[in-house]
Amino acid sequence: MSDYAQMELNPRGAVKSESPLAMTRARVAQAASPQEARVLICEKAFLGHLVLRGNADDEAFRAGVERALGLALPLEMGPLSLDEARGISIQWMSPDEWLLIVPAGQEFAAEAALRGQLTGHYAVMNVSGGQTLLELSGPCVRELLMKCTPYDVHPRHFPVGKGVTSVFAKSSAVIRRVGEARWELVIRRSFADYLYSWILDAAEEFGVFVASGEAARSAARDAARELATEAR
Amino acid sequence: MLHIYCPHCAEYREEEEFRPKGEAHIARPVAPEAASDEEWGTYLFFRKNPRGLHHELWYHAAGCRKFFNATRDTVSYQILETYKVGQKPSVVAGQSSNKGAAK
Ligand SMILES: [Zn+2]
Repeated sequence: MSDYAQMELNPRGAVKSESPLAMTRARVAQAASPQEARVLICEKAFLGHLVLRGNADDEAFRAGVERALGLALPLEMGPLSLDEARGISIQWMSPDEWLLIVPAGQEFAAEAALRGQLTGHYAVMNVSGGQTLLELSGPCVRELLMKCTPYDVHPRHFPVGKGVTSVFAKSSAVIRRVGEARWELVIRRSFADYLYSWILDAAEEFGVFVASGEAARSAARDAARELATEAR
Repeated sequence: MLHIYCPHCAEYREEEEFRPKGEAHIARPVAPEAASDEEWGTYLFFRKNPRGLHHELWYHAAGCRKFFNATRDTVSYQILETYKVGQKPSVVAGQSSNKGAAK
């Protein structure tokens, strides 16, 4: 018989043991109301997400996109083309790729409008089923993001209206700042449950509330006022 | 962590967003079927691996997902410049310029 060393691998009580499925049972303490929360999370589900590819140097392509959507094609990383009233945005993703987000139900019409205006070498793909958008609002969202991404989210470096793609929670996400205290994350479907659990867990220390659309919007307005007062 | 300037995003980003992809400026034989075994083997497997200035291909994996080139000192790890694919490096061996040095 050979020598062996046997170890007790379950320390029972001394250290908390977690099953591989612990994440599915995790419960994050949530604030009782949006007013008490410093971070509000609201999924904007079923928006129309379209990926547009084309040649940014081609004037006909740029003009066609503008005619179809009534928004200019952003030609550099960072500044979003955003029409909040119509709920439409275009974000630069790479030198020949853009993310177009339109209100729920308008993706078919938006694609048709683009195809009606564009000719030549271009591509439009409806990727709405592959990703979703989370809106984060409240005075502590920036601190939450600092725990999640190596990208510098300081207001000096990340003004309102900027959108980037970066590492997020060891995965990746599109990060957009759409208001003083209002941010958006575009996350992939296959990572959505993991990232949602991560965000809830990371936000617990600030007080987190998962809100419906209207509660999140009014809390964002309050938080923006609060930040403006602090800045003064 | 290194701060690497992506010439497509026009911004310094964290090293974590990038992947190195080996030596840059390797030309594929124009007619692979006419290349000798030696030419094809050299193209596939043989790399300069210098001590000092090295022109490398990098990939902005978590950002714009485009490739670009970087001139890096393999001794100090300092990235002296980054430039788009199709462009020529401005910092080459035997020249003491520090133009476009990374932070
Ligand atoms: Zn980039």
